[in-house]
Amino acid sequence: MGEPLTGMKKLAQSDAPLYEAMAEYRARRVVPFDVPGHKQGRGTPELTDFLGKACLSVDVNSMKPLDNVSHPTSVIKDAEALAAEAFGADAAFLMVGGTTSAVQAMIMSVCKGGDSIILPRNVHRSAINALILCGINPVYVDPGTHSKLGISLGMAAEDVEAAVKSHPYAKAVFVNNPTYYGVCPDLRRITEIAHLAGMAVLADEAHGTHFYFGENMPVPAMSAGADMASISMHKTGGSLTQSSLLVMKSGRVEPAYVRTIINLTQTTSASYLLMGSIDIARKSLATNGSATFRKVSALAEYARQEINGIGGYYAFSREITNGRDAYDFDATKLSVHTLGIGLAGVEVYDMLRDGYGIQIEFGDAGNMLAVISVGDNEYAIERLVSSLSEIKRLHSRDGIGLWDHEYIPPAVKLSPREAFYAERRRVPLRSSGGEISSEFVMCYPPGVPILAPGELITADALGYVLYAIEKGSLVMGPKDMSLEYIEVVEK
Amino acid sequence: MELWYTEEHTPSVRFSIKVKEQILSAQSPFQRIDVFDSEEFGRFLTLDGLMMLTEKDEFIYHEMITHVPMATNPGVKNVLVIGGGDGGTVRELTRYGSIKRIDMVDIDEMVVDVCRKHLPFTSGGLGDPRVSLYFEDGLRYVRRFEGEYDLIIVDSTDPFGPGEGLFTREFYGNCHKALTDDGILVNQHENPYYESYAGAMLRAHERIEEFFPVCRVYQAHIPTYPSGHWLFGFASKKYDPIDDPDGAAWDALGLDTRYYNTDLHDGAFKLPNYVKRALAGA
Repeated sequence: MGEPLTGMKKLAQSDAPLYEAMAEYRARRVVPFDVPGHKQGRGTPELTDFLGKACLSVDVNSMKPLDNVSHPTSVIKDAEALAAEAFGADAAFLMVGGTTSAVQAMIMSVCKGGDSIILPRNVHRSAINALILCGINPVYVDPGTHSKLGISLGMAAEDVEAAVKSHPYAKAVFVNNPTYYGVCPDLRRITEIAHLAGMAVLADEAHGTHFYFGENMPVPAMSAGADMASISMHKTGGSLTQSSLLVMKSGRVEPAYVRTIINLTQTTSASYLLMGSIDIARKSLATNGSATFRKVSALAEYARQEINGIGGYYAFSREITNGRDAYDFDATKLSVHTLGIGLAGVEVYDMLRDGYGIQIEFGDAGNMLAVISVGDNEYAIERLVSSLSEIKRLHSRDGIGLWDHEYIPPAVKLSPREAFYAERRRVPLRSSGGEISSEFVMCYPPGVPILAPGELITADALGYVLYAIEKGSLVMGPKDMSLEYIEVVEK
Repeated sequence: MELWYTEEHTPSVRFSIKVKEQILSAQSPFQRIDVFDSEEFGRFLTLDGLMMLTEKDEFIYHEMITHVPMATNPGVKNVLVIGGGDGGTVRELTRYGSIKRIDMVDIDEMVVDVCRKHLPFTSGGLGDPRVSLYFEDGLRYVRRFEGEYDLIIVDSTDPFGPGEGLFTREFYGNCHKALTDDGILVNQHENPYYESYAGAMLRAHERIEEFFPVCRVYQAHIPTYPSGHWLFGFASKKYDPIDDPDGAAWDALGLDTRYYNTDLHDGAFKLPNYVKRALAGA
């Protein structure tokens, strides 16, 4: 994309061209006869009172001084160029449809209808949604399971290699870097394998923003030579919810084509609040990121030590790496195995929220995850640790009868698109065993499907879904929100 | 020229003291610490701009947070003070020869240093050989004990900032665990009058009630605290501060107090109707 330039001045990471242009717009007191209709908040006093005048005054639409995300030529172009530089990429795109939109743009940039893509089964639903939209066939790789923790891992390079050999015409290899739990694959080797076979490498780095700025972090996609990566700036990077970045290397994929793909589905009224927040967060990460994540790492390490000191809980970290499907681990994630105190992760998750006013990221059968980030401090960690100690004292019980494994090998019978658009029949969920699902079923978070369209409803999968419902997980996907029925493919 | 210290008790109510001289202003890793000298109240300490104590009226708070539980169970041997970096609570405790051990945990060592240097009238007891000082988060400290203390006094700042964790359910649960089977927990309970403080008071009260069979609230008049009307929470596994104290036994100790006496002990638990109703709703 060339050097970041505004006028004659070369931009540095300490600049934030989009943010500065928005501030300039506000200072000029422009009279708005364009949308949005709230007109800098004047027409919506209650909303303005709630969010603040400063916020509403820059909730604007694209205009010449603020550029246009669909066709950037000035400040958005500069903001994207600075983002690309900060992430060691050749190009970067501001995304306002969440990392979901970035994941889908990546897949659609390298695959067309009828193509195949190699991916671990524990991908986020957004990836499989892209397969439905375009009619792409999944080649699932077993990501591996940690036998004690019951979590799915990051996919072994050998298993990717085998999938590449058996599906030589696949267009791309898709990886989680890291998984929700913080497990990373051997991204460098997977990239070598894929590139040797002429396939692109796409990384879902929704939970990996900090890999680019912290010290002693797992290798980020751009450094590993991957072609594209989707980065949730809002998750650990400090921007507003729903704002993300798509970053890429030129070569196998061209930035101009990626922009065209993004424009197929991205709004033409992209929120400047979201885009401005990405610019500000990028500046902060590039200038202060290593200090920030040093603190984050220290907090997570301290929390692990204290939680493991309570007994019963197991806050795991790098010791679970094995050089294969758990090649590396993101130690800023505070993942805690809870079965040792006889409680499911989701039960501890609920107790923390309802009893102690603490909201953590998610809990599943055996584990819970607390996200530690730029916004945390020691007091918050103490509260979490003390609450966990109380939960153990007051609620721990015998662990018998708890579900202790999580990975359900999928039995793919139809492509996701075929199953999604097939004639459907509604059957009671409890007696749906043996049918082919035309719907997703997943716990959210993490949003990894237990069943995806086209997959056989096995006894294992059904058992896990019923267990998750019973334990109070937020289970979603089927049209029937009461989860009594599921739609299956008419035979 | 006049120099005034002002604290906003609510966004629309201010309390001011004319300052003779600012003795010190420092920023610790946790909070801003200021010491002033004044005509009316003598020396006074503020943390993040909020009044902690004045030379003239600190005796009320420190006597009431200490002598009420000590008169209820004169057999207390091991005491934990959480917060209380100015030393006033420890000073009152050291007057009891029967106490064997006083542990004080304050998150901010700088507060203790400042008080030792500039507020000798409260910090004087910190050198007592029975006293051990620990500088860490009280929430963290108390977590590791089981059945260790006969009395825990929570002498904290308000429930925003560094003191926030000391008003939580997890803290009260951990205190319950750290207390002996006849243990007592006393905490400063904020004022019942202004809504923002009263909310914190009610939440604290509600959470303590979950853990302790005996839960009482008592009051004192503290001129320099918001509304002047201050509450203390008394939670206990066994002793009831209304029925159990032996006033004559406490009087026989011969402690010379300026606010507390055994008549006032009974009266302090007699609350105004609006406070009773608020607590009943908690």
